[in-house]
Amino acid sequence: MNYMDYLKTQKFPLFWCGGCGNGAVLGAIVRSFAALDYTLENTVVVTGIGCWGKADDYLTTNSFHGTHGRALAFATGIKLANPKLRVIALMGDGDGVTIGGNHFIHAARRNVDVTAILVNNFNYGMTGGQYSGTTPENSLTSTSRYGHIEAGFDICKLAEAAGAPFVARTATDNPPAMEKLISEGLDKKGFSFIEVIAPCPTHFGRNNGMRQAAELMQWVKDKSVSVAKAKTMSPEELHDKLIMGKLVDVDGEDYGSKYLRVIASASSGNEE
Amino acid sequence: MKQIIFGMGNEAITEGALAAGARFYAGYPITPSSEIAELSSIRLPRLGGMYVQMEDEIGSIAAIIGASVAGVKSYTATSGPGFSLMQENLGVAVMGEIPCVIINVQRSGPSTGLATKPAQGDVMQAQWGTHGDHGIIALSPSSVQECYDLTVRAFNLAERYRTPVILLADEIVGHMREGYQIRELLPHDIIDRKKPTCPPRDYQPYDFSGEEDEIAPLAPYGSEYITRINGSGHDESGDACGRPDNAAKFNSHYLNKFRINQKDIIETKSFDLDDAEYAIITFGCSVRSSKAALKLARQKGIKAGLLQLVTIWPFPKEQVREVCSRVKGVVVPEMNLGQILGEVSKTNPGQIPIVGVNRVDGQMITPYEILARLEEVAK
Ligand SMILES: Cc1ncc(C[n+]2csc(CCOP(=O)(O)OP(=O)(O)O)c2C)c(N)n1
Ligand code: SF4
Repeated sequence: MNYMDYLKTQKFPLFWCGGCGNGAVLGAIVRSFAALDYTLENTVVVTGIGCWGKADDYLTTNSFHGTHGRALAFATGIKLANPKLRVIALMGDGDGVTIGGNHFIHAARRNVDVTAILVNNFNYGMTGGQYSGTTPENSLTSTSRYGHIEAGFDICKLAEAAGAPFVARTATDNPPAMEKLISEGLDKKGFSFIEVIAPCPTHFGRNNGMRQAAELMQWVKDKSVSVAKAKTMSPEELHDKLIMGKLVDVDGEDYGSKYLRVIASASSGNEE
Repeated sequence: MKQIIFGMGNEAITEGALAAGARFYAGYPITPSSEIAELSSIRLPRLGGMYVQMEDEIGSIAAIIGASVAGVKSYTATSGPGFSLMQENLGVAVMGEIPCVIINVQRSGPSTGLATKPAQGDVMQAQWGTHGDHGIIALSPSSVQECYDLTVRAFNLAERYRTPVILLADEIVGHMREGYQIRELLPHDIIDRKKPTCPPRDYQPYDFSGEEDEIAPLAPYGSEYITRINGSGHDESGDACGRPDNAAKFNSHYLNKFRINQKDIIETKSFDLDDAEYAIITFGCSVRSSKAALKLARQKGIKAGLLQLVTIWPFPKEQVREVCSRVKGVVVPEMNLGQILGEVSKTNPGQIPIVGVNRVDGQMITPYEILARLEEVAK
């Protein structure tokens, strides 16, 4: 299939602001779908609530648009009930790791075979740029006018600690790298997590003196270090940096596959 | 072949779910519902089904909703605090029109309350706990046999009307043991959701036009149809839609579909009502003391009868109104401070005395308390 076949072009123009990173991420996702030969019938895109959560509006696959923060819990039920489905959860940083943090760590720990693509724009875009669990300390947001006093999450570290077998961080300023990591994550069996750093010029940018998406991209670039480079740096040097690339790629049996053994034991009367 | 079993209400609920064809359970343990989780974790994999223990009740109801759209009949069980956590995504099942069964084995609240003590305080929460206008189906068992039968019925109603159904049990019926029959279910006793028959390109998961019962067919994920489920305002196709006329149409539909099908949904049971001058109207565990009170009242010469509300929501207005119209007084025993009493009173404003017998101390209402109220009303 051509990547355009996954897009509901009749719903264009996109709801997102000019300079928003979401469109680029959506582009990388549909190109990955095409590259991996995903069918519309066998693919389910589960979205949260937020600007990024509106991505399903523009997709022609099966979809599930539920509640803020719960995408991975819905996705868990969908995947476990029909393991043949390709299940992808799209979440914002507020969605995925702030209100939905508990579902996130447990979906990773449980190793449910879904791909989670989290767009991190460091704030709640949809509701007007309030701070989220990833907002960096000292930034200005519409609810931290005096400077944010909480530290932001390193969500890739969180995913790794929770046991996710595939963890990657990428950014919208490098579309080929983004697409490659998204494709790898989609293709990986087990819980795969891809964090995409993306600009929200309308809120996070404007509140922090970066009205143009390009300025935000530069800010991200300045904070970025590759996985290889990070290995040569001290923890102090890495403070406030974003390590870009594939951070974890290990093999581990996913929940659905393990459960087949539960079914086998139960059927042979091994337990009770 | 009929099998008589001596067992607990929570076991009968689990057996009923399996008999109805449920094969997916997601939940978070809580007293007094945990036996349903434990038994489901043992029984489901034997049938090729799945049990998953989620991180909380928000995730539990989300997972069963997801599994249901993937085509597997799904359920969860909980009690007070967990039922509160489920309210957000209960709304997703309402608006997304997803069949699923939520078992609430009620305990004393609010908050953590008296964790091991019974109550019937979640009647209003079952209808109004999730925000916005909508209808819901709630059934309330009063015996172990009804735990089995009504669980089967809960799944059938969920499938037929594309809706969450709440089985409003309570600690007494959930933990009580008595004989019950695992009824043999014939194929026609089990209802499955309507599937689309149109060409795939024409399928719209929320298009109920042309459906007499206002229920649109639901194709599972992974079929030849594309299924778009949406808990935000959506049109027939499932696409987000904010048009006022569309919102008016669908928000009314979430109530209308129960109104137009209420004959099939509403179930009540009558005892000694034919010649009754006074009526007891009640539900769940309070039916048990009420039946004993009825006997005592008849022995004392009070012509009492009993209307058991098996379906709580949609509220059996017609049945209640009919009883109220031909008796001289009504007593409504319930283990809360008058939640059903209010609904009963609405059907008969100020015409006959309608009084409650209420307990919120975690103790069952006794037949003598009900009898005393009947005697007062009959004076
Ligand atoms: C339970 C609940 N609380 C609050 C909201 C309001 N709300 C909608 S989107 C959102 C934040 C979105 O931020 P994020 O997830 O980072 O996505 P973005 O809009 O930045 O893409 C909030 C707080 C909601 N819909 N539901
Ligand atoms: S508010 Fe921010 S996240 Fe939302 S569409 Fe605009 S730029 Fe994108």
